[in-house]
Amino acid sequence: MGAYIARRLLSGVITIWFIATATFFGMHAVPGDPLLNDKAVTPEIRANLERAYGLDKPVPQQYLIFLKNMLQGDFGISFTQQNRRVNDIIAEHFPVSATLGVLALLFAAGGGIMFGALTALFRSRMPDYLIMFLVIIAVSVPSFVFAGLGQLAILRLNSLLGFSLLPVAGWGTVAHMLVPALVLGLGTMAYLTRLMRSSMLEVAETDYIRTARAKGLTPRRIFFRHQLRNAILPVVTVLGPAIAAITTGGFVVELVFAIPGLGRYFVQAVQQLDYTVIMGTTVFYGAFLVLMVIAVDIVYGFIDPRIQVSKSLS
Amino acid sequence: MRSFLSVFAALGLSASPPLLAVTPAVDPVNNEISISLEQEPQWLTTIKATDAESSIVLDHITEGLITRDVDNNLIGGVAERWELTDDKATFWLRKNARWSDGEPVTAHDFVFAWQQVANPQNAAEYAFLMRLFPNGAEIIAGEMPPETLGVEAIDDHTLVAHLVTPTAYFIDLVTFISFRPVREDFYRAQQGRYAADAVNMLSNGPFILTEWVHGASMRMEKNPYYWNRDAIPLDAINAPYITEDPNARFNLFMDDKTAIADNLQISAMKMAMQEHQKLKSFSDGTVYYLGFNYREGRSTANLNLRRAIQSVFDAAEMTYKVIGVPGNLPAYTLFPRWLKGDDGQSLQAQYPPRKPDLSVERGREYLAMAKQELGVEEIPPLTILLSDQPQTAKQAEYFQNVMARNLGLEIRLDKQIFKQRLAKMSAGDYDLVMAGWGPDYNDAMTFADLFTSWNANNRGRYSNPEYDALITEALQITDQRRRNQIFARIQDIIFDDVVIIPQYERGFIYAQDKRIDGVRRYHTGGDLNFNYTFIIDEDGSRGVPD
Repeated sequence: MGAYIARRLLSGVITIWFIATATFFGMHAVPGDPLLNDKAVTPEIRANLERAYGLDKPVPQQYLIFLKNMLQGDFGISFTQQNRRVNDIIAEHFPVSATLGVLALLFAAGGGIMFGALTALFRSRMPDYLIMFLVIIAVSVPSFVFAGLGQLAILRLNSLLGFSLLPVAGWGTVAHMLVPALVLGLGTMAYLTRLMRSSMLEVAETDYIRTARAKGLTPRRIFFRHQLRNAILPVVTVLGPAIAAITTGGFVVELVFAIPGLGRYFVQAVQQLDYTVIMGTTVFYGAFLVLMVIAVDIVYGFIDPRIQVSKSLS
Repeated sequence: MRSFLSVFAALGLSASPPLLAVTPAVDPVNNEISISLEQEPQWLTTIKATDAESSIVLDHITEGLITRDVDNNLIGGVAERWELTDDKATFWLRKNARWSDGEPVTAHDFVFAWQQVANPQNAAEYAFLMRLFPNGAEIIAGEMPPETLGVEAIDDHTLVAHLVTPTAYFIDLVTFISFRPVREDFYRAQQGRYAADAVNMLSNGPFILTEWVHGASMRMEKNPYYWNRDAIPLDAINAPYITEDPNARFNLFMDDKTAIADNLQISAMKMAMQEHQKLKSFSDGTVYYLGFNYREGRSTANLNLRRAIQSVFDAAEMTYKVIGVPGNLPAYTLFPRWLKGDDGQSLQAQYPPRKPDLSVERGREYLAMAKQELGVEEIPPLTILLSDQPQTAKQAEYFQNVMARNLGLEIRLDKQIFKQRLAKMSAGDYDLVMAGWGPDYNDAMTFADLFTSWNANNRGRYSNPEYDALITEALQITDQRRRNQIFARIQDIIFDDVVIIPQYERGFIYAQDKRIDGVRRYHTGGDLNFNYTFIIDEDGSRGVPD
C-alpha cells in the first residue's frame, strides 16, 4: 500500500510539473501581457514596469526562475493585486471555495445517489420520468441561469416575508452558503443521478442479485446491501474529479453571490493575464485534482474489498 | 462520512473571514451606509493606483491640495490658498490638516509622494504626470535621482511646484490621485507593505480604512483628525460585497442591503420603477468611437473610404436603437458635452460640432473614389477589433450590417478579450476598432492630444503636422480663449479628415436609496463619492435639495 501511494505521488509530481510547464509557455504565447492597460504608457515607464516584474528577462530564464521559486513553494507577487503574494491569495480564498465546494458536493452526492436509486427503484414509472426530466433540465441549463434565478428567488421570498430570511449575496454565515452551494452542486447532482441510475439497473441484472432473490432475501436487504453498495462504486470513481471540478468551477456562482472564493481570482487572472496568479492557481488546482484522484483510488479499496491495490502491484 | 463532516467543519472555521454582522443599506442609528464594490481595489496607494475602484476608495481616505465640493467645484483641500503662474504653482497648506495618527500634513509629504510617483523603482503608470516638473522626465528614465524633482517644500506649509511649461489646467489636474501626499517615515516603516492591508495605511482624508478583507469587504470610518470633519455627515461606509455582476449588485440594492446600484440593465430598470425606486442618470464622461488604422497598406488609411463610412453611419441610431440604454448620448465630436468653454457655456455649445450629412448616395460616391485611388475592384474585407462584451458585439454587428447594406463593404468581427485586444491594437493588427477614451482631468486636452503623432495611445498611428502643431501651441499657453479656439479647430480636423467616427458618450441609469442624498458623481477621478452624503431624517429635517 505504501509503495503504491509513493508511486502514485511520484507520477502526480510529474503530472504537476507538466501542467506547470505547459501553462507557463501557453500563457506566454498568448498575445498581450499583464502590463498592457487601457491607457498606453511611454517606453520609459514600460521599461520600468518590465524591470519591476522581471519581464525584461528572456522567457526561458523567467521559466527557470519560476521553477526555482515554485520548488520553494513561492509563486511570487500578483501583477494586478498590489503587494499581494499569490500564496496569500490561495491561502485566503481557497478555503472559501472549498467550504462552498464541500457543501455543494454533499448536496450533489447525497441527492445524486438518492435520486439515482429512486429512479432505478421506480423504473419506467412516474417518479422515474419526473426525476429524469428534471435531471435533463439541470444538466442542460448553465449554472449562471440557476445562480441568477436562485438569487431572484431569495429576493422575492424576502420581500414576500418582509424580512431577510436568506441573504441575497455575501459570505460569512451558513445562511450565505445554502443557495450558492445548491446551485453549484446542481449540475453534478444531475450527472450523478444519471450515473447512479444506470449503475443500479446494471447491477439489478447481475447473477448475485438473482441469487439473493432466489435464496429469499427481503427486497429491502437486497436493495441496500447488495444493489446499492455495488452500484455506488462508479459514483465514487467520478467523485474525485467532481470534487476538484466543484471547488474550482465556482466562478459564476462566486460572482453572482459575491463570494470571495478562489474561482474568481482564477478566471480574472486569465482575463488580466496576471502571470503569477495564473501559475499559482493552475499549479495549485492541478495538484489538488491529482491528489483527489489518488485519494479516491485509495478510498476505492476500502469500499470494494475486491480491489486490493497492494496485491495487484506485487 | 464523519471524517468528511469534520473536514467540512475545520474548513468552515478556518475559512470564514471575520463574521460580519449584516449591515442594512442605510443605518440612521449608527449613521452609516452600505454599498457594493465592483472589484477589489487593486492598488490602494496613490503612488500606483490606476483602477476605478481604487480611486473611489482613495478619494475617501486621502485628500490632495485641491479637492471638489458636492457640486464638483474646485475647493481647497490640504491647501488653503494657491497661486498659479506660467512657471510655477504655489500652495499654502492649512496648519490644521492632519494624518489619521494626529501628525500634521506638511509640504514635505507632497514632495515625497510626487518623487515616489516619478521613481522608476515604483514603476507607476501615471509617472508621466511628473514630467510637468523639472527633471521629471529624466527621473522616470532613470537618469536622475527622484530627489531632484522640481517640487520643493519652502517650509512645512508652503509647497512650490515648478512647471516645465505653462499648464493652464494644473490646479484641476492636482486633484488627481497621483498628487496626494504620502508620509515618508510611515511609508518606509511598512517595508514594502505600504497599503497592502488596512494596518499599512495612513489617511489624511475624511475617512479611514478600518477593515479590509481582501476580495470580500471593506469598512471606512470617519477620520477624527480630518481638518474639516464637521462637514462630513456620515460616520461610516461599509462595502460588504464585491462582485462584477451588475444584476447581483442590483438585487442587493432591492433587498435593502446596499444604498446604490450602478449601471442598471433594462430589466432591472423596469423592476426598480415598479417598486418606485429613485432612478438617476449619469454620464461618466467617456466617449466611444470607431478608430481607424492608418498604417501603410491598410485601406482605412484612405480618406475617401473613411468618408464613405462617415456618410452612412448614424450615431443617433446606434445610440438610441442599438445600445438602447437610457443615459447614453450620441456623439459627434471627440469632446463630450460636459467639457466647459470659456464663456460660461459648454465647449459644445460654444463650438457646436458638425454632424455628418447622412447619405447613402454620397457614401457610394466616396467609396467609388476610394476604390479608384486604391486601384481595386472591391475593397478587401475589413476587420473590426472589439472587446468580448456582449453589448459591444451587438454594436459591431449593427455596424457590419449597415456597411454591407449601404456600401457593400464586408466587415469581419474580431472579438478579443481585454489584453489580447490591447495587444492587437498596439501591434496595429486591425482595420477598424471599437474604442473609447475616458478623461484623466477636466480639460479638453485630455481628449485633444489623443491623436498627436507622439501619443502612445494613438494606436492607429494617425499623423498630421497641423494637428501636432496646434496641440503643441495649446500645451504652451494658458489663454483659455485661444486654447478653446484650437480645440475647435481640432474638432474640425477630426471631422474633415475623419480621424475617428464618434459614436456615443457613455452614460447609465442608477438607483439610489431615497433615504440618502449628497452622493457626488464626476467624470474624472473616483466617481461615486460619499464624503458629503447624508441620511435624510425621518422628518426630512436635513432637507432634500431636489
